[in-house]
Amino acid sequence: MTLSISLIVNGEQKDIALEDPRATLLDVLRDRVGLTGTKKGCDRGQCGACTVLVDGRRINSCLALAASQDGAEVTTIEGLATGDDLHPLQAAFIEADGFQCGYCTPGQIMSALGLIREGLADNDPERIREGMSGNICRCAAYQGITEAVIKGHKAMTDTGESQI
Amino acid sequence: MPDTFPTSGAHTRMGSNSGQPMTRRDGLAKVTGTATYAADNRPEGVLHAVYAMSSEARGQVTSLNVAAALAHPGVVHVMTPENRPPLARDPDSKPGGMALRTEALQDNSVRYVGQPIALVVAQTLEAATEGAALLSPTYAVEPARIGFDGGEAFETDSTGFGSPPTVNVGDIEAGRAAGTHHFDATYETPLQYHNAMEPHAIVAEWDGDHLTIDTPNQAIVMARGAFADYFDIPAENVVLRSPYLGGGFGSKALPIGPQLLTILAARELQRPVKLALRRDQMFGPVMHRGATRQRLRLDMDETGQLTAIDHHTTATTSSFDTFIEGASAASRNTYASPAIATSHSGVRVDTGTPGAMRAPGEATGSAALECAVDEAAEVMGLDPLEFRLRNYAETDPQTGKAFSSKALRECYALGAKSFGWENRPLAPRQMRDAQGHLVGWGMGTALFAAHMNKAEARAVLRADGSAMIATAGADMGQGAWTALAQIAADGLGLGIDQVEFRSGDSTLPNGGVAGGSGHTATAGSALFAAGEGVIRKLADLATEDPESPLFGAGNAGVVARDGRLHRADDDSRSQSYSEILRNAGVEELEGKGEGARDPGHAEARAMFSHGAVFAEVKVDPELGQVRVTRLIGAFAAGRIINPHLARSQLLGGMIWGLGFALMEEGIHDKRTGRPVNGDLAGYHVPVNADVPMVEALMVHEDDDFVNPLGVKGVGELGITGSVGAIANAVWHATGVRPRSFPIHLETLIG
Repeated sequence: MTLSISLIVNGEQKDIALEDPRATLLDVLRDRVGLTGTKKGCDRGQCGACTVLVDGRRINSCLALAASQDGAEVTTIEGLATGDDLHPLQAAFIEADGFQCGYCTPGQIMSALGLIREGLADNDPERIREGMSGNICRCAAYQGITEAVIKGHKAMTDTGESQI
Repeated sequence: MPDTFPTSGAHTRMGSNSGQPMTRRDGLAKVTGTATYAADNRPEGVLHAVYAMSSEARGQVTSLNVAAALAHPGVVHVMTPENRPPLARDPDSKPGGMALRTEALQDNSVRYVGQPIALVVAQTLEAATEGAALLSPTYAVEPARIGFDGGEAFETDSTGFGSPPTVNVGDIEAGRAAGTHHFDATYETPLQYHNAMEPHAIVAEWDGDHLTIDTPNQAIVMARGAFADYFDIPAENVVLRSPYLGGGFGSKALPIGPQLLTILAARELQRPVKLALRRDQMFGPVMHRGATRQRLRLDMDETGQLTAIDHHTTATTSSFDTFIEGASAASRNTYASPAIATSHSGVRVDTGTPGAMRAPGEATGSAALECAVDEAAEVMGLDPLEFRLRNYAETDPQTGKAFSSKALRECYALGAKSFGWENRPLAPRQMRDAQGHLVGWGMGTALFAAHMNKAEARAVLRADGSAMIATAGADMGQGAWTALAQIAADGLGLGIDQVEFRSGDSTLPNGGVAGGSGHTATAGSALFAAGEGVIRKLADLATEDPESPLFGAGNAGVVARDGRLHRADDDSRSQSYSEILRNAGVEELEGKGEGARDPGHAEARAMFSHGAVFAEVKVDPELGQVRVTRLIGAFAAGRIINPHLARSQLLGGMIWGLGFALMEEGIHDKRTGRPVNGDLAGYHVPVNADVPMVEALMVHEDDDFVNPLGVKGVGELGITGSVGAIANAVWHATGVRPRSFPIHLETLIG
């Protein structure tokens, strides 16, 4: 049985014929839409590497069945930069060395964006650490991540981007 | 206390690139999601593989319902021991050097939970996953042997990949007798699993007898050779691409069974096949850190000088291979003592085979040694730093050799000052914070050998004065794309933007192993030498050209800088690289370089990186909950190529120490051998909220012996010292001596 779903991915409509209803949003993004920036670290919602925004809120895309997301607006790491212009959070992650191997980084950045948009970052390192703790970084670039969220948040506030 | 510290600024420049805190050159790719990790490759027509894993720890698989799996829509192939095509190299062979046995369906036996027992290949990942579940294996189960007291004890003839298990210095009995104060305790560390964020993955594709594999690997050319051996093809027929590793930590160097099976399936089906391990499969065939039980006996004279160090380790390994965590080695080189005895033995348990995991041996050994030394200081009534200084090793205790460089005293001083150690009360349970939490301060010495392996590099200077330079290096997050390019550019006397640095691919010269904290030193030396080779040829062209301002400078020599050669004795006389090439009618110049330790220097000097780590913990007196509130390390590791990235490496290592001390513990059920916490919800690693304030300070160190670059290594240094520092702080807060890791809160209350 084929299920037809439609996703708005980074502003573009994607009509997808799902031959297999068991496919997760993560696997559909990676294997069907071809956006492999979103990573699979655990496939069970324990590491945060697959974090994307769905309708503006951060979720673990490995825990969402694609079939249940019909009509959703999905933002992935590929949707943040405008041409060659990095999103302020992306630039801040580079500047603060908020990663090493980079595998968790797309999820970290999407989670940071969600956190800021949820109004939970509050420019407070302690709240950021707590709010980013669903995203494991085995290289343990945590200090850089926290610094990047503060810097990125500030840059977003300056340009008005942190408003929903 | 500030929330963050500024980066230490004292770094020597080498050329115009090294020594600079450049951001990562691969940063753009990594923050935009365009960095291609192995599983991101999607060749046309790719099939998906999933391996079925044993749910039993020991015995035989007696049946698999292959028909059910094959009947599932989308499943195209099921590989079992019955139909697995032959491998040219026996997966149970160990051809020496860095090699371990692996499980690739060689028979029906089961050696540990998580072992591959079949491979299912399908059109989709979902179908392959379902197909693997439909195999419904049955087993003839034998009792699992788990834990130090559950397995078979044996004497080992090696630790790690072939290191000597026993090293003795002086007369241990005489040393013991010379002591007036004695300390004797046993420490335990658990199994730990690497758990890189990127699970092991491979995409394999054949073209005739040529194999292309995308798979993360820390030793690209070495692994290419091993893969070629398994498939009986020349090494040059294998292309292994590994531009980015999503973490390695020692687990991604040796071929493992699931990779071999995927390659076999790709050949059988004549289609590209992809396999990515599930997180629960990261607790079986991809190595781990074996558990250790370490007995430390320290003897001191009345002044607090050690007269004997006796360190014996028992470590777990698998039932079918031997990799012993060489923990006792930590006691060979850290503290001065006229008598040192270090030895190891093993226990065989029904887990996968352990292997190298970040600071193999050193991490566990340092944890126990630093705790023991702290306890010995308490026996002597001495401040732990004072005790360490009284036992400072001016020469290498194991060999008696001079150190190539050792700024540990400076590390102690800088770390102690930054931390505020001088205000530390000697007795435990003296400090509380405003919330009534017990506060404790502890410290540990960090030590890691300055290893080098062997690497090669090739550089080509082009007509336009830019250059290409290449080595098959591996960036698993440590920053090779950046730091190696910095060194390469300096070797060529060019700005980094004039250099195209190629790496991460087996078609390039052997970049050696990204392991043992020796990659920057080794591959960096090869790259620098390749650049120098080009410059030598270029200098010959210029100094022999009567039209060149450098003509006749052969004796005085030339200096390469910013794309120009300058006379060494007259800086104003110079010529650009491109002009030299053009005038000589030469299109391009090639240079080759090798990186390896100078044998004479290796014979003459002992070579280690050092550091001192200081920890503050707060412990809830009611609940025993431990929080690390400050962790400050000061490290001396030779010349630092990129302080920005070296700091990140050191911080990462220190936080691994935090995880070791308080969280990480692979628990296998004693009855079944199954991992009880085989995922990231159960196997705890530090998350952001666990890491409030951590800082790595760097102490400048010149070293003329380790290699011409003066580079040691920082990848594993941070974890050593940190575990002990945290455990000792827990004692200082609570008065309870942790002797088992991770430190469980129930041991701190009562």
